[in-house]
Amino acid sequence: MALIREIDYGTPKRVSQTAVTLEVDGKPVTVPAGTSVMRAAAEAGVQIPKLCASDNLEPFGSCRLCLVEIDGRRGTPASCTTPVEAGMKVRTQSPRLAKLRRGVMELYASDFPSEALNSTAGVTSEFQEMAIAVGLNEVRYGLSGRNHQDSEKDDSNPYFAFDPAKCIVCSRCVRACDEVQGTLALTIDGRGFASHVSAGDKPFVESECVSCGACVQACPTGSLLEKTVVAGGTPDRSVVTTCAYCGVGCSFKAELEGDVVVRMMPFKDGKANHGHSCVKGRFAWGYTTHKDRITKPMIRAKITDPWREVSWEEAIGHAASEFKRIQGKYGRDSIGGITSSRCTNEETYLVQKMIRAAFGNNNTDTCARVCHSPTGYGLKTTLGTSAGTQDFDSVAAADVVMIIGANPTDAHPVFASQMKRRLRQGARLIIVDPRRIDLVKSPHIQADYHLPLLPGTNVAVINAIAHVVVTEGLVDEAYVKERCDTEAFEQWRKFIAEPKNSPEALEPITGVPAADIRGAARLYATGGNGAIYYGLGVTEHSQGSTMVMGMANLAMATGNFGKNGVGVNPLRGQNNVQGSCDMGSFPHELPGYRHVSDNLVRQSFEAAWNVPLQSEPGLRIPNMIDAALDGTFKGLYVQGEDIVQSDPGTQHISAGLKAMECVVVQDLFLNETASFAHVFLPGSSFLEKDGTFTNAERRISLVRQAIPPVPGKADWEATAALSEAMGYPMRYNHPSEIMDEIARLTPTFAGVTYEKIERLGSIQWPCNEKAPEGTPVMHIGGFVRGKGKFMITEFVPTDERTTGRFPLILTTGRILSQYNVGAQTRRTSNNVWHDMDVLEIHPSDAENRGIKDGDLVSLASRAGEITLPAQISERMQPGVVYTTFHHAMTGANVVTTDYSDWATNCPEYKVTAVQVQLARHISEWQQHYRQTRRMTTQIEKESAAND
Amino acid sequence: MIHMANQIGSFFAAYPKNEAVAGIKDHLEKFWEPRMRRQIIEYAAQGAGGLHEYVLEAVKQLAPAPASK
Repeated sequence: MALIREIDYGTPKRVSQTAVTLEVDGKPVTVPAGTSVMRAAAEAGVQIPKLCASDNLEPFGSCRLCLVEIDGRRGTPASCTTPVEAGMKVRTQSPRLAKLRRGVMELYASDFPSEALNSTAGVTSEFQEMAIAVGLNEVRYGLSGRNHQDSEKDDSNPYFAFDPAKCIVCSRCVRACDEVQGTLALTIDGRGFASHVSAGDKPFVESECVSCGACVQACPTGSLLEKTVVAGGTPDRSVVTTCAYCGVGCSFKAELEGDVVVRMMPFKDGKANHGHSCVKGRFAWGYTTHKDRITKPMIRAKITDPWREVSWEEAIGHAASEFKRIQGKYGRDSIGGITSSRCTNEETYLVQKMIRAAFGNNNTDTCARVCHSPTGYGLKTTLGTSAGTQDFDSVAAADVVMIIGANPTDAHPVFASQMKRRLRQGARLIIVDPRRIDLVKSPHIQADYHLPLLPGTNVAVINAIAHVVVTEGLVDEAYVKERCDTEAFEQWRKFIAEPKNSPEALEPITGVPAADIRGAARLYATGGNGAIYYGLGVTEHSQGSTMVMGMANLAMATGNFGKNGVGVNPLRGQNNVQGSCDMGSFPHELPGYRHVSDNLVRQSFEAAWNVPLQSEPGLRIPNMIDAALDGTFKGLYVQGEDIVQSDPGTQHISAGLKAMECVVVQDLFLNETASFAHVFLPGSSFLEKDGTFTNAERRISLVRQAIPPVPGKADWEATAALSEAMGYPMRYNHPSEIMDEIARLTPTFAGVTYEKIERLGSIQWPCNEKAPEGTPVMHIGGFVRGKGKFMITEFVPTDERTTGRFPLILTTGRILSQYNVGAQTRRTSNNVWHDMDVLEIHPSDAENRGIKDGDLVSLASRAGEITLPAQISERMQPGVVYTTFHHAMTGANVVTTDYSDWATNCPEYKVTAVQVQLARHISEWQQHYRQTRRMTTQIEKESAAND
Repeated sequence: MIHMANQIGSFFAAYPKNEAVAGIKDHLEKFWEPRMRRQIIEYAAQGAGGLHEYVLEAVKQLAPAPASK
């Protein structure tokens, strides 16, 4: 595919009931009222020269290049700031306009490096294009006047450089930071000749800049430019694909020179991101070519042996032979597998199919077990389907946004930008979070209510909010009567109205002032469209599923389902959490969330797959580990997951894996789980794949192969080969054929084809006869389960309690620059921002322990102990500490416990009773890790292998 | 396992007893792999110390879990 150049219409699209028809250069064009002349011209196929305008920014009118002539009007108005009028006749070209534009460009060029203007290396800038467009062939003012050519470059950011010599102070970067990203890190400092772009008078890397790349993308001159382009990278083709990081699922153009990626550019037509990006998707793709990448299959007899590189045939043959041996000795149910939210729908579908059909059991699980499995349970129970209810764009119609246990600016930054835009427009904001996350107060945004609850008391808070709604007569009675199971509602109403659920009664438990709960409840119930967004702060609790049902109860009671601007919306952690769950990765469900015991459903798969399937649920990940320690589970295939680093109780997981006789890991790197593996199958990065990801809004997007799989075999081909070696051939020519099979067998995917996704750009399931182009908003006119079901959500305190020995509560999470276990981002320059996990601790807790910022501290729980540096932070409330799990050496999950959600076994990462003390040396676990990690990752040198 | 079962019991305990016991039984059947169900059935048969009253009742109603293959 050639290099894609998207049309820039100059100013944003306007929405209006009124259409306006005008003429541009004699061409009639009809646009919504409020549209600029510049955009109308572009829609008519006429590109007006411009520098300061871009269709993702409000018009600014500073560059004076987009001047036009309009019949009946004096002068030459700027087309970007001039709205269309009916009957208007616009001329975009005339000798006068040409002279004016050339004159403007001459002035710009007189203070612009001539070598940059004439350069043919890298990417052609808009400035160069405009110079050609206006016919600039001389600079009459010369280049020797007062100028900015000696201004100091800022190379501090690892991914882009700022060269003020090329800056024309058009403010596009500043406006992009304000309007698109919403960080407001940039400004124009100084006046007149001294005016310049400033990141708060600091180098970019030290500033508030979050490196989303919006400014770089906006810059028309190359003053802000990707370092890969500065270095001479000249892309010659583009491949539109989907980001491999979080659940926002941004569309990108991978721009390549041959098979080398030069840069990743956010794709304007991406329905999830609308041309925006974050530091991870935009810049942190260097891991795909990192030296740590394993590209050849490897095997070893014992985990203490060095790895030995072998052919694909030998590795697959060995894995299959071991699995068959184990099943022969310990039984059919003694092996299983884990699918990954980092893999495509087609890959996860194939893994669960192999497990069910080739292994002959239902021992398949996925990493959603440890993040959003309560979402699946809670939403399916109350609403009838295991998915968020809205599309991301719905937030633009929200009047009250309630964020519970999520930190969108760090974990879902591109959606956070969209949300911030709505909040800046005036939507009200309620935040329920133990920490003072950035959105509590950020530029032009301040939460109306921040409810800083004690970790583990979510259900008490949601019950208290619902209590206010019920007892103050704020229930949408008509909605409930029409849409919900009224018997269940009356049962719930009686329960929730009990005095024990009042904000006052629960204040001592939640730590949240009752008055704030009452205020927040009234605002949510009466403030218009109420939209709940939540993250793992909801699900990763012993009552995770209860809390999901509690939120659904509240939204049903207030009529906040089934239209734009409302809903209950999980913010999914990884790119394909939704998809991996949709694809039947859970041990109790076939694709499409249908229980394995459903005879009709199971028979449809048996007929298609031509094999009998088990009707009993299989083991979940923690059950697999327990069964391994019991001696009944002996073999595991893990595709794209790292349970040793990401799952709670590292020592327990490690012991379980050690107890197995054959562990097969398929990944890009020798991750922590691979330390316990006997077979390693090299995986492909997202750039090497064809397939689909499904994001948090149920949006299925294509992942397109930009370069061939480095290991020589695509991930789905490896799974198919293993299945065949196990005696169950799965033959496909392309992942699109796998999707065709998924569509044939899964009603919610019945209308999905690659051809349709290509045509529509993306599709939100359900996509079937009733909704042939997909379903952006669910539950319109009725819930999927029929009547919405209120569930009683009794608050049950976690059994993980603080004591004198463990007086603090640890809660874990992630930050902007790193991703999950860090396997990808730790192998990029994102380490500039976060090269180690730290323990955030409130100043008073630190002072009580004599801890200063940066001190090495021990973090000990009933499960284990680690050491890490302390970071004094007023974001924390006293009594609560926080850390991330991005770095394997930290071992954050050595400390977390095996408590989990009652319904799904999702671990209770968010509540661990701990003690923090000054430490003199690293923990025993970390010392042991350092010693053993080297041994378990050794690869036999080829010469030695040949001896 | 006892802890997990009792957690399930704690959720359903908010419902009237019949509903609660049916809910617990249904949950165990739908989400617990047969070897886990066998273990809890065996535990219940041996005296069931520490099991929530409703959980015990639900476990007693469970059909024998199929043997591992």
